[in-house]
Amino acid sequence: MTLAALELVCPAGTPAALRAAVDAGADSVYLGFRDETNARNFPGLNFSRAELAEGIAYAERAGARVLVAINTYPRAGDPGPWLRAIDDAASLGAAALILADIGLLAHARDNHPGTRRHLSVQAAAANPQAIRFYASEFGVRRVVLPRVLTVTEIARVNAEIDVETEVFAFGGLCVMAEGRCLLSSYATGESPNMNGVCSPAGQVRYEEREGRLVSRLGDFTINMFDHGEAAGYPTLCKGRFKACGRASYLFEEPTSLDAIRMLPELARAGVTALKIEGRQRGRAYVTQVVSAFRRAVDALARGEPLPDPGLGTVAEGGRQTTGAYEKGWR
Amino acid sequence: MKDRAKLTLGPLLFNWPAQSVRDFYARVADEAPIDSVHLGEIVCPKRTPFLADVLADAAERLARAGKEVVWSTQALLADARDVRAARTLVQQTDGLVEANDVTAMAMLAGRPHVVGPTVNVYSELTLAWMARNGAVRVCLPPELPAQAIAALAERVPGIELELLAYGRMPLALSVRCYHARAHGLHKDGCQFVCADDSDGMPLETLDGEPFLAVNGIQTLSHAVVDLIPAVDTLLGAGVRRFRLSPHRVDMPAVATTWRDLLDGRIEAGDGRDRVARLTTFADVADGYVHGRAGATRIARADGLAQ
Repeated sequence: MTLAALELVCPAGTPAALRAAVDAGADSVYLGFRDETNARNFPGLNFSRAELAEGIAYAERAGARVLVAINTYPRAGDPGPWLRAIDDAASLGAAALILADIGLLAHARDNHPGTRRHLSVQAAAANPQAIRFYASEFGVRRVVLPRVLTVTEIARVNAEIDVETEVFAFGGLCVMAEGRCLLSSYATGESPNMNGVCSPAGQVRYEEREGRLVSRLGDFTINMFDHGEAAGYPTLCKGRFKACGRASYLFEEPTSLDAIRMLPELARAGVTALKIEGRQRGRAYVTQVVSAFRRAVDALARGEPLPDPGLGTVAEGGRQTTGAYEKGWR
Repeated sequence: MKDRAKLTLGPLLFNWPAQSVRDFYARVADEAPIDSVHLGEIVCPKRTPFLADVLADAAERLARAGKEVVWSTQALLADARDVRAARTLVQQTDGLVEANDVTAMAMLAGRPHVVGPTVNVYSELTLAWMARNGAVRVCLPPELPAQAIAALAERVPGIELELLAYGRMPLALSVRCYHARAHGLHKDGCQFVCADDSDGMPLETLDGEPFLAVNGIQTLSHAVVDLIPAVDTLLGAGVRRFRLSPHRVDMPAVATTWRDLLDGRIEAGDGRDRVARLTTFADVADGYVHGRAGATRIARADGLAQ
């Protein structure tokens, strides 16, 4: 059986990153507007309307597509910014809208039927019945699968649905069902769903305490590091906590996802597209990761063995995992 | 009070021994001034076989006591077996079912149902869609501030808004079982260690501060939400039901405190003190409804900040 080439969906936090991704061989680039309508609402990131228009033109010249993520949940009493984001992205020629909220999906279906709708991972549709619901109700054409499924389960899901699936292949790893996690707002008042941020930098502090470096988020200590120990960013679910009197990385080690060696299995599981996380990362990261995945995807399509990706140094925390794709993770 | 606000007892989140569950619902039926009681295992399907008979008996007894019984679906339907279980529950229940994820909500289309707090509804667009889909009552996500609740109630009248008002707040779900992981076990061989913690397993920061609580695949707040000090604001915002989440405390007394408060028999300050005394295992918090971090307590000890 021959497999269709996997589509490479790459992150762009800035116009420079978009150009880097396109130049490195991205099939699609995903991005968001510079506000709380997307789940990477970080200072200094994202696109104005004009930058989106330029980005689409740049991508199209290279045969690539731009997907616009509007994947936070609109504010009660003030959904205007989200509706305008959808209207503007559609009229500027986005190849697809990546949405999570039911109200926004209905708006896009009714007002921009010609623009493809992708279901964001923030909707965490993890089973065929949920996916079929989004497909039949809102005409969703592709679902970004939550990072909770094994490859075997992904294959089973694909066998039961008629829409495309996109899976995370590299980058930050949510260990909770995406879009259903309030850990960040519990500690800081700001959440992925409402504010487009998780463990926001504005509430991070590092303190020296008795010769150790303490990382804090809001009013809570997320980790402590001895001298010489690499101190990571205090993402809440990658913190060290005490249960039953024992300290450990209970939720997840400070690792990131790297499934590049699983591409053949993911292709056989019927996956259409691979997503690289990291809109908050710089141009160098984008170039390096996208190039490595381009080589791997092309090798796979030609039936050749995968080249050595050499991505060890760019992973967050410097350590990698295949996450939930393998059952032992649970 | 113009329109009597109601009380709901949420689904039991924890793995209690069958006999404790039986005794708990017997007391609720006999003593708790609760209007509706949710039954069903929403966290881990491995617990269900031990509870089926107990919950069926509880449903009968609660109904005889005049309580509305609502069956709740599992919050994370991760595999085909989970989906089948939800479908069976939906098909076999004549009364109200609470959908705790989008899959179950889709199964309940066209039929009156409740939407639970782990389904995302943040704006009037989605709330209106849910009403058209058949939702008659929605228990809102715990992180919504009172201002947002007021906007929802104003723009989508006719749907009953409910809010978690007592209990540890549900914060996250995973396919990974953190209870098993904390004991060095794998999910498939978990030995039901979650049964050791009747209110969840406390999780502390490295400097010993209480932070979260683990309940199998679910992560809860360490603090217990207590919305008594904000009750007037919330009634004004359009909350018509307050949800009390079961804990190993005197739940009928918690319910009585709320009923007394809603009927004007006690002041909010007295209610707050009673709930604090009854809640022996954790501090209380109310930050979310004030638009702040969920872990914070805004209502001060010396008075009721609003």
